[in-house]
Amino acid sequence: MFYREAGDFKTSYREDMQTFPIRLDRRAYWTIVALAFLVAPFVVNDYWTNAVLLPFLVWATAALGLNLLTGYCGQVSLGTGGFMAVGAFAAYKLMTAFPGMNIVFVVLLAGVVTAGVGLLFGLPSLRIKGFYLAVATLAAQFFFVWLFNKVPWFYNYSASGQITAPERTIFGILVTGPSAAPAAKYLFTLTILFGLAWLARNLTRGKTGRSWMAIRDMDIAAEIIGVDPLKAKLSAFAVSSFFVGVAGALFFTVYLGSAEVTEAFGIDKSFLVLFMIIIGGLGSILGSFLGAALLVLLPVFLKNVMVDILHWETYIAAHLELMIVGGLIIFFLIYEPHGLAQLWRLAKEKLRLWPFPY
Amino acid sequence: MTSEAITHGGAMNPEGDGWVTPDGRHIGPVVLEVKNITLRFGGVTAIKDISFDIREGEIRAIIGPNGAGKSSMLNVISGFYHPQEGEIWFRGQKRPPMKPFQVARQGIARTFQNIALFKGMSVLDNIMTGRITLMRSTMAEEALWWGRAEREELAHREAVEKIIDFLEIQHIRRTPVSRLPYGLQKRVELARALAAEPKLLLLDEPMAGMNVEEKEDMSRFILDVNDEFGTTIVLIEHDMGVVMDLSDRVVVMDYGKKIGDGPPDEVRNDPQVIAAYLGVSHE
Amino acid sequence: MPDQFYFALEVALNGLLTGIMYALVALGFVLIYKSSEIFNYAQGVMALFAALTLVGLQSGQVPFAELINAIFGTHLSHFGWRLPPLVAIVLTAVVMVLFAILVERLILRHLVGQEPIILFMATIGLAYFLEGFGDLMWGSEIKKLDIGLPQGLSETVESLTDRWFGYGLFIDRLDIAAAAVAGILVTVLTLFSQYTKQGRALRAVADDHQAALSVGISLRFIWVLVWSIAGFIALVAGVMWGAKSGVQFSLSLIALKALPVLMLGGFTSIPGAIVGGLIIGVGEKLFEFWVGPLIGGATENWFAYVLALVFLVFRPQGLFGEKIIERV
Repeated sequence: MFYREAGDFKTSYREDMQTFPIRLDRRAYWTIVALAFLVAPFVVNDYWTNAVLLPFLVWATAALGLNLLTGYCGQVSLGTGGFMAVGAFAAYKLMTAFPGMNIVFVVLLAGVVTAGVGLLFGLPSLRIKGFYLAVATLAAQFFFVWLFNKVPWFYNYSASGQITAPERTIFGILVTGPSAAPAAKYLFTLTILFGLAWLARNLTRGKTGRSWMAIRDMDIAAEIIGVDPLKAKLSAFAVSSFFVGVAGALFFTVYLGSAEVTEAFGIDKSFLVLFMIIIGGLGSILGSFLGAALLVLLPVFLKNVMVDILHWETYIAAHLELMIVGGLIIFFLIYEPHGLAQLWRLAKEKLRLWPFPY
Repeated sequence: MTSEAITHGGAMNPEGDGWVTPDGRHIGPVVLEVKNITLRFGGVTAIKDISFDIREGEIRAIIGPNGAGKSSMLNVISGFYHPQEGEIWFRGQKRPPMKPFQVARQGIARTFQNIALFKGMSVLDNIMTGRITLMRSTMAEEALWWGRAEREELAHREAVEKIIDFLEIQHIRRTPVSRLPYGLQKRVELARALAAEPKLLLLDEPMAGMNVEEKEDMSRFILDVNDEFGTTIVLIEHDMGVVMDLSDRVVVMDYGKKIGDGPPDEVRNDPQVIAAYLGVSHE
Repeated sequence: MPDQFYFALEVALNGLLTGIMYALVALGFVLIYKSSEIFNYAQGVMALFAALTLVGLQSGQVPFAELINAIFGTHLSHFGWRLPPLVAIVLTAVVMVLFAILVERLILRHLVGQEPIILFMATIGLAYFLEGFGDLMWGSEIKKLDIGLPQGLSETVESLTDRWFGYGLFIDRLDIAAAAVAGILVTVLTLFSQYTKQGRALRAVADDHQAALSVGISLRFIWVLVWSIAGFIALVAGVMWGAKSGVQFSLSLIALKALPVLMLGGFTSIPGAIVGGLIIGVGEKLFEFWVGPLIGGATENWFAYVLALVFLVFRPQGLFGEKIIERV
C-alpha cells in the first residue's frame, strides 16, 4: 500500500525507459541524493566521515567498476587491488610531475591510465574463460604490487617506498593532504562517484550494457547474433578498470593520504571488492552501493560492539570478522545469488501488496 | 509456368531468377550458395562435400536423421564453424572467412536448437539485443546518454514493440526469460532473430519439443514472417508434416552427405530419402 | 664458468624439490575439481588450518582459549600435556575428515548444479571463514612445528656431489624429505584412483556426474571422500611448509602458488599437475636466478602467473587438458 505503482501510467517509451519508472522510487532517489550532498557533510561528525562515509564512497566506486566487468559482463577479476594500485600510482606520478594540474583531472586521468592497463590485461579474456580467466587476473594483482614495490621511479625514489599525496585544492578548498577537512574530502569523492554512477547507469541501459550481458549469459549465442566479443569484453575491461583506477586514486589521494603498495593494495582488497558485489548483487548498480556499505560498516560495527562495549581484544574481533564475511559470502551464494539488491526488490514487492497479500 | 518452375527450379536452374509459387509468393534469385562444403572435427567428417543454394523469399528446409550434420551446416553458414573445404557465396559474392558477428551484420540471423536466450535479461532486453547489428551510437554517446544514443534507443524500442505485437508476446515483455515456459522461450528467440531485420533467417528446429497447438502457432508465425517481410528462411525440422506444409524446397542430409534436394513432394518419394529415414529392408 | 653452471644446477634442483610440493598442493585441487568441478580456493587455508590444528593438539592448546577468556574472564591457554607426533597427526586427520563432512553438509549440498564460477567464489568465502576460524581456535601468532623431521643442509648430497663434480651442491634435508613424502603421496593417490573401488567411483563421477549417479554411486560420499583426501594433502603440505618456515598466515598462500600450476597443467590432469608443478618450481627459481637481479628480485611472486597467462593465451586448455570443441 505504501509503495505502489498503480496510477503511474506511461504514455511514451521515453517515460517507460527512465531509470526509476516508478514515481516513489524517483522521489526516494532524489531525497537520498539531496541528503548526501546538502545535509550529510554538515551534520555528520569528522570521525564518521573518515571512518565510514569516505571509505564507503571509495569502495562503492571500486565495486561499481568491478560489477560492470563481473556482474554485467561475466568476467571475474581478482586483480582489482592491482588495478587500484595502478590508479593510485598514476595519480601520484601525475600530481608530482604536474603540480599545477587540477585534482579532478588527476583522478580522471589516473582512471584513463588504468583503463589502458586493464585493456591490456583483458586481452587474454578473448581466449580463456571462467575461472581460468579469474586466475589469470591474479597475474595483474601480483605483478603490479611487485612493480610498484621494486621500481623506485614509481614512488619517486622515496626512502620508505611510500607515496604521499601533496595538498591540492578545488575552488580554493583543500581536498587532499592531512589538513583537508573531512567534509570537503567527502563532497569531492561523492561528486565523482555520483558522476560515475550516472555513467554506469547509462552504459548499462543501452547497447553496450546489453552486449555485455549477452556475453555474460551466453557468449557463443551473443556472437552469432552480432555481438563483437572482442569489443564487448575489452570495453568492459576498460570501463571497469577506469572506475577501479579512479577508486584507487581516490583511495590514495583523499582517504589514505599516503600509501605503501603491498599494504594498501594487496590481494585482500581484490577479494573485498569481489565480496561487495556478491553480497550487494551481481549485475546491479544499487547492489554495488549496498555491498560496499555492508562491508564497510561491518568491521566498524564489530569493533564497536566487541572492542568498545565488550572490551575484547582487537584481534578476536578481526578473526570473527573474517568468519562473518566468509559466512555471509557462502550464505548469499546459496540463498540469494542476486544479493542485497534482490532482497530489496523482494521487500518492495511485499510492500506493494501490504497489507493485503492477495 | 508455376508448376513447371517448381519442379525445374533451384539447383537445376542456377541462372534463373525465380518463379511464383502456387500461393502467389515470388521466389527470387539465389541469395546464398554453399559450394562443396566439407567440415571435419579431428578425424570425424561432419559435412562431406555439400552444395546447395537458397533463393530470395523462399522457405528452404534441411532435413535428415540425428547426427546428419544439419546444425553443423547452419553453424557453417553462421560463420561459427569454418569448413576445411568449400565456398560460401552470399548475394553474388564469395564470402571471405568471417567471424559469426560479421556474418550477423551481413543480415543473417538465427535461432538455436537448444534455446540460447540470455537468461539474466528480460524479454524486452533480449529482443533489443537482437537489434545490436543495427545500432550505431558510440560508447561515448551512450555513456552520456546524449543525442543519438537516446534517439536510437527510442527508435529501436518502437521497432521491437512492433515485433512483440506481431508475435503476440506483449504480456511477458518485462519477464526475465528464464521464468518463461519452453514454447514462449522459443517464440522470444524468434523475436530476437527477427529484431535484426534479417535478409536470411536460419531456424534450427523451431518446433522441437512443442505440442501440436504450439507447433501450429509457430508455423503460422514462420509463414507470416516470410509473407509479410519477405524474409528468406532456412529451416531445420524433424516433423515431416511441418516441412511438407511450410517449405518450398528441401535439402536432405544423411551422415554429412546430401542425398536429396528439391520440392517437398519430389523429395518425399525419393527412394534414397525413404531409406535414410525408414531404413532399407535387406532381404 | 662450470661453477656458474653448478650454481644454476643447484638452483634448478632446489626448484625441482619446491616444484614437487607445488605439485602436491595442485593435486589436491585436481582431485576436487575432477570429482565436483569445484575449484577449491580454500586448499591453502586448509593446509594452514591443518598445521595449526596439528601444532595445537600436539602442544595441548585449549581451543578457542582467547574467545573463552574474553567472554568468561578466565586465563586458559594449555591443558599441560604434549601428544606424541603420530597421535597428533592421526587426530588432525580426523579433524580434516570432519571438516570435509561439514563442507559437504553445509555448502556443497546446497550448491549442486551451480556454475563453476559461483562454486569458486563460495570456496573463497570458505577460505575466509576457515582462516578466521583457525585463528580463533588456535591463535594467530607464528608457531613452530616440530614433529622430528630432518633439518639443515644435507651433508651427504654435498659430499657426494663434491666427489663427483668437484662442486658440493647445497640441498636442504627437509626439502628432500618433503619431496620424498610428496612423491610417495602422489604415487599412492594415483594407485588409489586406478585400482580401488572408491577410486573407480571417483573417476566415474569425474567423467559424468549423471551417469555415475544412475549406476548408484553416491555423489555425497564421493564429495566427502575427495574433500577428506584434499584435507590429508593439506595436512601433509601444511606439515612440510610449516616445518620449513613456521605455521603462519603466509602458509595459506601456497594455494596461490598452485593456481598457475593448474593453469599450466590443466585442471583435470593428474600428470598435468605434477609436470606443471615441476615446471613452475624450476622456472621461477631459474628466472629469479638469471633475470631477477636485473629487475629488482622477488620475481617469484608473479613469475608463475605471467608464465601461465602467456601459456594459456596460446593453449587455453593447458598442457594436458583436452581441446574443447564448442557447440551451440
